[in-house]
This record gives sequence, C-alpha cells and structure tokens, in this order.
Amino acid sequence: MTAPTQSMGNPSSEGWFGDFGGRFVPEPLMPACLELEAAFTDAWADPAFHAEFESVLSSFGGRPTPVSECLRLSEELGIRLLLKREDLAHTGSHKINNVIGQALLTKRMGKTKMIAETGAGQHGVASATAAALLGLECTVYMGEVDTKRQALNVFRMELLGAKVHPVTSGSRTLKDAVNEAMRTWVAEVDDTHYCLGSVMGPHPFPWMVREFQSILGREARGQCEKILGDVPDYVVACVGGGSNAAGIFSGFANSRAQLIGVEALGGAAIASGIPGVLHGMMSQLLQDEAGQINEAHSISAGLDYPGIGPEHAHLAATGRATYATAGDDEVLDALQRLSRTEGIIPALEPAHALAWIINEAGRAIPTGSTVLLNMSGRGDKDVAQVREILQAKGLYQ
Amino acid sequence: MSRPHLETHLRAKVASGGKLLVPYLMAGQSDDWLDTVQALAEAGADAIEIGLPFSDPIMDGPVIQQAAVVALERGTTPESALRELATLDLDIPLVVMTYYNLIFRAGHDRFAGRLAEVGVSGCILPDLSLEEMDDWGRAASAAGVDTVLLVAPSTSVERAQMICDRSRGFLYAVGRMGVTGERAEISHQVAEVVEKVKPLTTLPVCVGVGVSNPAQAAQVTGLADGAVVGSALVRRLLEGAGPEGAASFIASLRHAIDQRG
Repeated sequence: MTAPTQSMGNPSSEGWFGDFGGRFVPEPLMPACLELEAAFTDAWADPAFHAEFESVLSSFGGRPTPVSECLRLSEELGIRLLLKREDLAHTGSHKINNVIGQALLTKRMGKTKMIAETGAGQHGVASATAAALLGLECTVYMGEVDTKRQALNVFRMELLGAKVHPVTSGSRTLKDAVNEAMRTWVAEVDDTHYCLGSVMGPHPFPWMVREFQSILGREARGQCEKILGDVPDYVVACVGGGSNAAGIFSGFANSRAQLIGVEALGGAAIASGIPGVLHGMMSQLLQDEAGQINEAHSISAGLDYPGIGPEHAHLAATGRATYATAGDDEVLDALQRLSRTEGIIPALEPAHALAWIINEAGRAIPTGSTVLLNMSGRGDKDVAQVREILQAKGLYQ
Repeated sequence: MSRPHLETHLRAKVASGGKLLVPYLMAGQSDDWLDTVQALAEAGADAIEIGLPFSDPIMDGPVIQQAAVVALERGTTPESALRELATLDLDIPLVVMTYYNLIFRAGHDRFAGRLAEVGVSGCILPDLSLEEMDDWGRAASAAGVDTVLLVAPSTSVERAQMICDRSRGFLYAVGRMGVTGERAEISHQVAEVVEKVKPLTTLPVCVGVGVSNPAQAAQVTGLADGAVVGSALVRRLLEGAGPEGAASFIASLRHAIDQRG
C-alpha cells in the first residue's frame, strides 16, 4: 500500500488549513493575534532565535530524545516497534518544546507574564517550568475538577513559582480552563502572552505550536533513517488537541509513511465530530444539534477535549492522516503491557496510540511492518489513578 | 410583525437629539423572560439585546455565564428562543447576541431567515471576526438583518475604519479591555475608544462592557450615543428581580441618561 505524500505546509495568510483554522476571536483579542503572528513570523525567520530555542532545548530540555526499539513487545506483536522517547524530555513530555518556544517569544515581544490552560497538568507544569527558567510571571488556569484529580501537579506548579487559578465555570475541566484563559487574556493582553498548550485556538497558534513541536519529528526522521535505513511504515501518535502528533507527523508527512492519530473513544472529534467554531478555530467538534459543545470523557485528562487542532481536521479531510480511537480498557491493558515488556511506564495519552497498535498488529498493520510510536509522555502522573482503577476492577490488591 | 428596523430606529432617535439605552438579557434565563422583554420596552429601552445561550461564551464574565447555564438547563435552544420572541408585540427593535457556532451549525441563510421571520433585525456575534464574517454578512444582508460589529480599545484606527464600514445597526464600542461584567468605575478607555471611532462613522456608537448603574450610564452617554447594559440587569434577574424589578432598574437608567441630556 502506498500512502500519498504531501507535506504539512504553512496555513493561508488568514490561518486556514484547507477548510479548517482561521481566527474566530472577539475584536479586543484580534490585535493580539495579529501581533503574535507578526512576532512569531519574524522570530522563526531569525537564525538567532532558532539557535537559542535549540540551545535551551538541548542544555535544559534534554533534547534530542532517543528512539528506542521495543524488542520483546515487537516479537509478541510480529512487527518492529520503535518509540520516540518524549517521555525522557524535561518535565516528562513533549510539552516542553512548545513552552520553551513560546516563553522565548514572550520575552522577545517584551511581555513579562504568561498565562496557560491545563487539563491534567502537563502543559501547566511545563509552562511554570519555562516561566521559572526565563523569569516570567506565570498563572495557570485549571478546571476545579482537574485541580482535585491532579493535586500533585498543582503543587508542582506552585513549587515552580506559578499561580494556579481553579476554574469554576462550566464543566470545570480543560475546555473551561481554555475559556477562562482567553477571558483573562482579553483583560491583560498588554503585558501578557497566552501560552496555549496545543495545536489549537486562533491563528497563529495551530501553526506556531506545530512549528515548535516539529523539532521532535525532524529528530525522529533522522533517527529512523539510521536505525531502519528508511522511514517507518507507520507513524502513530495520540491526539487530544494534537500537538505531539503534529510534531511527529511533520517529520514524515512528505514520506511514504502512513500517519495515524489515535483519539480517546469518548473524545473522538474526527470520528464523531461535526465542523464548528470553538476556542477561536474552525475544526471538528463534539456538539449537539443546536451547536452547544459536548464534553469529552475518557480515562485520560490530556485527551478530554471536545475538539481537535484544525490541521488534523484538514489531514483527515485530505486523507493524508487517518484517525482511529481507543477505549479506556484497552488503554489500561496497553499501559501495563508496555511497562512489563519494555520497562517503560507510558502516560495514559500515548497508551491510547499503543492500544491501537496492539489491536491492529497483524490486522490493519501487516505482520513485519515497521511502526514508530510517539511516546509523548511518561506515566508517573497517572500511576495513582491507574492503581485506583485496577483496584476497583479487582485487578490489583 | 411591524417592529421598527434596528438601524433606522436608532438613527432617528439620535437625529432627534436622544440618547440610546440598550439593555441585554439572556433568553430563557427565567420563566418570565418574555414578560421582562416587554417590561424593558415599556421602561424606556430603545432596543433590546437578546442573548442566545452558548455553552462556551468566551467574551462573557461570570454573571452572563451563569445566565447561560441557567437558560441551557431550562432547555433553551436558539429555535425555542426565537419562536417565543415571535409572539411579542413590541414597538422597538430586537437584536440577538450570541456566538458564531450556533449560527454556523444552523446554516447562515437559514438562521438569518429565521431572525427576519421572527422580527429580529440585528445580530451581534462577538467571536466572528471582521476577517471571517463574509459568508454570514451576505446572508444577513440578504435577509435584512443588521450585523453589529465591535470596536475595542486595542483596535487600530485602520482596523476601526474597516469595522465601521462593515457594521450595521450601530457600532458596539467595547468600553474596556475585558469580558462583560459590572465595574466600580467607567474606564478611561471609553473616552479613548469613542474619540477613535466618532470621526470614522455616522452610525450610532453605543458603549458596552462595564456599564453598571444610572450614574455610569449617564457618564457614558455624555461621550457616546448610547449605552448597552448587560451584567447589571442580568444579575438582578438572576437574583429574582422579575419583570417589575428589571423595569424599575432600566427606568432609573433612562431617567439618569435623559436628565443629563
């Protein structure tokens, strides 16, 4: 089977990837979006900015992260499985790439404060980390429900000197944290940058965050060439908003590799979504007949998002990437299996991508295929929750 | 439905030396919300903004968010709200204010047609930017519905000119950088934004966001053609003021505005 090759190009001047993207924000924020677009365009064309970005990511962020071969699990599945080890980056996930880029940009724009939204807390912890490194004030908006589910991450952010603002509006989860961060940005835009955590939101965020995450895709492409002498047959990543997937896909979009994004079954914007506008972008959304946004529900707070980045909606529409789903139970199985066979406890988010690979090895993925999984984060943040669930199911005493 | 058209009605009032008072309430926020609309008209409103509740209102502060939650819990949909509005007998224009996804979901032509059918002659969509409004703008014009655009303190003069050229009905001047809600004082940004747009347009300019009481309404209408009052009214309604309480609050604003003039 030959996959179409098509690179992930830049969006149109108004931020459109095909029929998705754009800039749907209240007028008070439009000047800030335009300013940010100009600042990013200028910085990204400046070799000095790239040099600083890459230098901080290597001396502080732990880049490049390795690619590991899964010897035992590969043998069990009859495929050759490689992992891009973003779980080994500082703060435990790929999120550090984006926040270092945006924090450097914040300083370059002459702003002194960052605000960020977070669901499980990964992006919040990463933002607090980047703010501490660069001497910026940081406030993280987090749904009240999530502050209770992820109390240790609240403590981590506070240790790092950030303020955590519990959001009590709406469903009190990630979607509402984004709303509240946007509302705050309207009021404080003069000295504050909104450090959005994924390839979502109004232009230029989907493009800019992909560009900051593309470093992991470029690394992985070179590493695969060395290990395999070729690109892998499949590149697989989990998708909530879709930043880790955008990063790794961008390294392989112009190759023959098949690109697979795996969403949580209860948050499948591509599978069950309908086009619409939320959080400043046109994309595929979970919504009802009238256009009210529905909540996403899954075991993983990081994938509990009712939308998806607009470029993913575009890649799905053009067929360049395919989007699948994984349910909570198979995700728990995948997490335990990788832990036992490879000595790597994955976060619940990439465990979705692994669950799809385990299900499809020998089926949609022919035996003997080479598969690269983006191991976007480590499982430390999830072990307490996983233990509770396994205990409740009687699978762990 | 012989309600007057939004822009025609507001321009006439301003031309005769009057100042505009435009209260906002959320459709479906209480059982008697339609009676409240009627009472506001009788209490001296020049037009009424009707919020259609959306699950994710990013331009709104806590009070209007709460009203949206209540309205959605009561089962309010865009269609149910419009159906109820059609039953009203009013001699002032109505303007719907909501978020773009509800319109996009319904379809531009269908939604614009429904507004016209139920006698709504204006529409405010704060998250539909100038850059993205072409499709909706065409459908609204074809149906005879005015699309009211927002200008903010952060808007450049060049951009403000483009917004003034596209806005219909009136120009909504955002009176401070922030979301809707009551504030202790009127921001110095009101004067700045009004001075910025006044030379650019002949449309009536109404200031919203942060206008909370009679004194502030009088202050704002000393600078601009009118005032939009949302959260201060919606809070009273959430606290149970009912149509009578709402009417007496709006009458107090009307009095303060007219005294000044």
